Amino acid sequence: MSDVPAELKYTKSHEWVKVGDDGTLTVGITDHAQAALGDLVYVEAPETGESYAPGDACAVVESVKAASDIYCPVAGEIVESHESLADEPEHVNEDPYGDGWIFKLKPENPGDVDELLDADAYQKVIDEED
Amino acid sequence: MLIFEHSREGRRAYAQAPQERPELEDIPKQFRRKSAPGLPSVSELQVVRHYTRLSQLNFSIDTHFYPLGSCTMKYNPRACNQLAMLPGFLSRHPLGPEEHGQGFLACMHELQEMLREVTGMTDVSLTPMAGAQGELAGVAMIKAYHDKRGDHERDEIIVPDAAHGTNPATATMCGLKVREIPTGPDGDVDLDALKEVVGPKTAGIMLTNPSTVGVFDRNIEEIARVVHEAGGLLYYDGANLNAILGKVLPGDMGFDVIHMNLHKTFSTPHGGGGPGAGAIGVSKRLQTFMPGPVVRKEGDRYRWSRADELPDSIGRLSAFMGNAGVLLRAYVYARMLGREGMKRVGEYATLNANYMMERLREAGFALAYPKRRASHEFIITVKRQAKEHGVTANDFAKRLLDHGYHAPTMYFPLLVPECLLIEPTETEAKEEIDGFVDAMASIDAETREDADKVRGAPYTLPVRRLDDVKAAKQLDLVWREGSKAA
Repeated sequence: MSDVPAELKYTKSHEWVKVGDDGTLTVGITDHAQAALGDLVYVEAPETGESYAPGDACAVVESVKAASDIYCPVAGEIVESHESLADEPEHVNEDPYGDGWIFKLKPENPGDVDELLDADAYQKVIDEED
Repeated sequence: MLIFEHSREGRRAYAQAPQERPELEDIPKQFRRKSAPGLPSVSELQVVRHYTRLSQLNFSIDTHFYPLGSCTMKYNPRACNQLAMLPGFLSRHPLGPEEHGQGFLACMHELQEMLREVTGMTDVSLTPMAGAQGELAGVAMIKAYHDKRGDHERDEIIVPDAAHGTNPATATMCGLKVREIPTGPDGDVDLDALKEVVGPKTAGIMLTNPSTVGVFDRNIEEIARVVHEAGGLLYYDGANLNAILGKVLPGDMGFDVIHMNLHKTFSTPHGGGGPGAGAIGVSKRLQTFMPGPVVRKEGDRYRWSRADELPDSIGRLSAFMGNAGVLLRAYVYARMLGREGMKRVGEYATLNANYMMERLREAGFALAYPKRRASHEFIITVKRQAKEHGVTANDFAKRLLDHGYHAPTMYFPLLVPECLLIEPTETEAKEEIDGFVDAMASIDAETREDADKVRGAPYTLPVRRLDDVKAAKQLDLVWREGSKAA
C-alpha cells in the first residue's frame, strides 16, 4: 500500500504539491509513482526562472525501466530546483515526500492549487489503476 | 577475464602479425605514434580459447529462443549473408562509375520496387542508415512539405501514448511539438481524443500499426480521414511491419510516409547497435521530398538519381546510399521469399503469436488486451503475481533465463503495468513455443510455492542478478593497466 499524505495536493499524473507558508509550491512525485518506476538512476530538474503552463513537461525522471516526464501541476515560475538529485536520484525512492522533492514553483494564481486532487481523490486514481 | 589479463611479455600470435612493414611516409611525422599500441601479448591458442569461451557465454538467437522478435532481431537466414558477401559486391567501390556497378544498382532498384509493392507506397528511398534515421527523414519530409506550401503554423505532431519513444524524440528533433493522445481500453487510438487535438496546427500523426500493444488499429481509415481533413499527414512507424508484410499495405491505409527497419523485418544481423537500414516509402505528395540518391532505370541501364529529380529533397542522409551490405542482405531475403513467401512471414508470425497467447491464457496468465486478437506480438501482465507474491515481470524474465529462454521485452509499452511483450516470430517451431509456455507455467507455480526462488534468479548463467542501478549510474567500460575485470 503506498503512502498518500492527507495534507498534500496531487495530480492525476502522480505529482504531489505542498503549499508553503509564503505560497510557494514544492513539487515531487508520489510514493506510488516512485514504486511503479523502480530505482531511479537520473533526475533532470527544471531550470530556475523558467515558466511553465499546467501540464507542461518540465522535468524528467529516469529509472532502470523507463524515462518519464514530470508535469508542471499549475502555471508558474520555477524558483528553486533540486539539482543534486541528478547525482543522488535515490532520494526520490527513499523519501519521495521529503528529500525527494524535485522543484519549487511560484504559482501564477495561488488559487489554482485548489483545483488539484486531494488525498482521497488521488487514492481513487491509484485504486483505479490497480 | 579480459584478453589483456592473459597478456605476458614476449608472447605472440604470429599468424596475425603484419607480413610487411607498413609504409609510413604518407603520414606527417608529428602524427606518427612514438610507442607501440597497448595490445595484449598472447599466444594464438590463448586467443582461440578466450574468444571461443566468450562466444559460449552468449545468450543469442543462434542458441536460444529469443522472444524479443522482430522488434530487436529475428532469425537471419545464412544465405542472405553468403550472397551479400559475393566478391563482386565486396570489391565494388562506392565511387566507381555506374557502368561498373550495374549488378549492384540492379539489386537496389529491384529492392526499391519490391518495397514499394509490399507497402503500397509510390516511391522508396533506401538511404537512411537506421530506423531512427528513417523516422527523422519521414518527419523532416512532412515538415518540408508544409513549409513549401507556406503552411508554417503546423508545428504539432500527434503521437499516441503507446508509441515507441523514438517517435516523440524524432518530432522534437525536427522542431515540432508533441501532442500525446491516449490509447483506448481495447488498444485502439482514442478517436475522440484525436478529434480534440487535431486542427490547423497539426503537421501530422505518427502511428505504429499494429501498435506497440500488439493489436491492429481497427479505426485506421477513420484516423487517416480525420488527420487528412485537418491538413496533416500520416507517418507509419514500420516497427511492426512484420505482422502484415504483404497482407495489408500501409499505402492502402492512407499513410503518406513509412519507414521500414530492413535490418529487422527483412532480417539482417545487426548486433551491437548496427549497421541498420531504415528505408522509407512515400505517397505521391511527398515523392519529390525524398532523401537521395535513389536508383533509377532507363532502358536496361541503372543510374543514381540526379539532384533535379528530387527538387524538394530534404538532402542526403549518408555519404553514399545507405548501408550497402545491409540493403543487399534485405534484397536477398526478399528475393528468397518471393511474393508468396513474403505473405507467409506475416501469416506465420501472427499464427505463432496467437497460438502462444491462447496457451498462456489457458495457463492462467492475464492478457493485457484479452478481447483482441494478437498481431505478431502480444502482452501479458503479471500485475496479480506482483501484488500477491511480490514476483515482478523482471523476476519472471530473469527466471526464464534459467529455463533456457531469453527474456521477452519487459516494462514496455509503459501503459501496461508489470508487462511482458512477447513476439515469437515466424521461424520458431511449435515445440519451442510450447516449451516457452511450459516454462512460464512452471515459474508461475513457483511464485506460489517459493517466491524467493524466483526473485533470486538467475542461477545457471555465468553471472547472477546484475545491479542494473549501479550499471546505469557508474559506467565502467574501459580497461586500464592494473584494473581488474569484474
